[in-house]
Amino acid sequence: MLLGLGLVTHYFALLERSRGLHTVPYHDLYGSMSLFGWLLALTYLALEFYHQQRSVGAFAVPFILAFFITAHLAPADRLSPTVAHGVVFALHVTLSILAYAAFALSFVLSVIYLAEERLLRSRKLSNVVWRLPSLELLERMSHSSVLVGVISIAIGTVLGFIWVDRLTGQYWFYDPKYVITLVVLFLYLLYFQLARSTAWRGARASKLCVFNFFVVVMSFTVVNLYLSHSHRYF
Amino acid sequence: MEIVLVGLNHRTAPVEVRERVSYTAEQASRAASELRSRGILEETLVLSTCNRSEVYGVPPESSHESAAGLSSFLSEFHKVQPDILSVSLYHHYDRQAVRHLFRVSAGLDSMMLGEAEILGQVREAYKFAYEQGATGPVLNRMFQAALEVGKRVRSETELGTRPMSVASAGVKLAERIFGKLGQRTALVLGAGTISEQVMLQLRDRGIGQLLLMNRSRERAETLATEFHGTVVPWGEWRDALQSPDVIVSSVAAEEPILERATLEQAMAARGNRALFIMDLGLPRNIEPAAAEIYNVYLYNLDDLGGIVQQSRAMRENEIPRAETIVDEHVGKFLSWQASVELVGLVDELRARLQHERTAFVHERMETMKHLSAHDRQQMETLMGELLEKLLLEPAERLRGEKELRRKIQNVEALRDLFLSNREKQ
Repeated sequence: MLLGLGLVTHYFALLERSRGLHTVPYHDLYGSMSLFGWLLALTYLALEFYHQQRSVGAFAVPFILAFFITAHLAPADRLSPTVAHGVVFALHVTLSILAYAAFALSFVLSVIYLAEERLLRSRKLSNVVWRLPSLELLERMSHSSVLVGVISIAIGTVLGFIWVDRLTGQYWFYDPKYVITLVVLFLYLLYFQLARSTAWRGARASKLCVFNFFVVVMSFTVVNLYLSHSHRYF
Repeated sequence: MEIVLVGLNHRTAPVEVRERVSYTAEQASRAASELRSRGILEETLVLSTCNRSEVYGVPPESSHESAAGLSSFLSEFHKVQPDILSVSLYHHYDRQAVRHLFRVSAGLDSMMLGEAEILGQVREAYKFAYEQGATGPVLNRMFQAALEVGKRVRSETELGTRPMSVASAGVKLAERIFGKLGQRTALVLGAGTISEQVMLQLRDRGIGQLLLMNRSRERAETLATEFHGTVVPWGEWRDALQSPDVIVSSVAAEEPILERATLEQAMAARGNRALFIMDLGLPRNIEPAAAEIYNVYLYNLDDLGGIVQQSRAMRENEIPRAETIVDEHVGKFLSWQASVELVGLVDELRARLQHERTAFVHERMETMKHLSAHDRQQMETLMGELLEKLLLEPAERLRGEKELRRKIQNVEALRDLFLSNREKQ
């Protein structure tokens, strides 16, 4: 409930900010982190609603809050007009960030999964095991989360190409961001497949999911800051 | 005396007495209506489970003998000698009775501390009595509060969450892995009493499918009919290990009946779908090394016993927190009860004074012949207004101020002071 309320107010803050920019907030870390946090919470609530389960909340929400706080600590640029406008571009940014938010969520779920699995297999049960959600639920939620991420990053990337085409008249120019995005997409598709039906299901798939998120973080940091010239903050 | 409770439980009475004093639904309803028709109680509720038989009631105002009446009614109703019964029966009144019920529904009074069934049994007993029209405002409120206490204790403390037996520990662990068991399959190896206990637990937790495997097929068939399970032939592991998510094993055998290699093959065949194994055999039925197989969770008797030990200690640690919740609700209930009584008292007082006023004014004005009808009317109205004015403020304060209601401990004394008819008698 509280989270839902927070979402609504945060939505208006975002709206305000994008009015000032005439586009989605993407060009500074504060803006994109803020959007990220919002979408993260939104994805979590959607999952909670879809799976009719709230027991994960106690573990996931602190993580979401941490993101909000980081976003607020991040430097906020003054609002300067940018070259990037338009619905296609806005959707490109929003969907991509939504995908990262969904991946972050699946990361959290997988970490909890791995910790709980370790406890259960060691047969040394501490009190916390009885409060954790079941492994099966964590796995299912992580799945849905990755599915949301994969779909939105695919659409988001296509929209990105369309927008670049409109802007420059060419479909493709080399940007390391493309490569890493494709890698991310591939890795998550792999996870999705492995975790569903093969011998990798369970802890191995969850480890892959954790690893995948490190690649995403790489894409967010190293690639954005040092390699890519068109993707500064997302 | 407002609320009375007479009953016996696993602490006060041996099973031979408990079973004679227990009630079927039909008996409960008959006892309730007889108690009311004989004027022993105005509201009644019979709570009868395997560990307790209790009658809760609200006696009529005039009766101060309700507990004695209730005891002799019980011995007559169940055809048990009064002297046998009196050793086992406990009597509680008002605060103690309320507190007792709240502790019962919290699971604090159960043989197995914090067990979950009692809350459902209290709910059923209340529903039954309510539908029969045996309860009234006091018991309704009291039992609704009791159900709330039960729910709160179970959600806010760990009293009820921890497994108390090896069988329930195993089933609860399975739920940690698979979530709800409705879509899951369990394979039970062996058909002894331990297997039966686990099957009971599994059935309670809504297991989807039960498979049974036993050396003697006959015994397995009997259990299978009882639990709506399916018997699978002994030793055909390749097929038998294909579908189950949970395996329970309690077979008397010198050597492990399932070896690591067999399980490894089975896991490969089932695409490493998680498998939870409870090995309850002694000597162990499953080769211990099987625990190393990917996605196999193997627990033996000692592991599960350790969990039970741990949770017993944990449950006992939770008692004070549960007692706090009970006390909080006892306080709430009593203050509700007092407020109802106080407000009722003020209303009675007002009716009484208005009645007195009419009689008084008529009597005194007999002699005042010089007053016109209009004057008389006005006098009467003025007296009425004065009374209202005097009573209005205390009445409002009683309705509004919780603290004041709490301070007035003895409503009966007030009633005695203002409303008793002793003088006139």
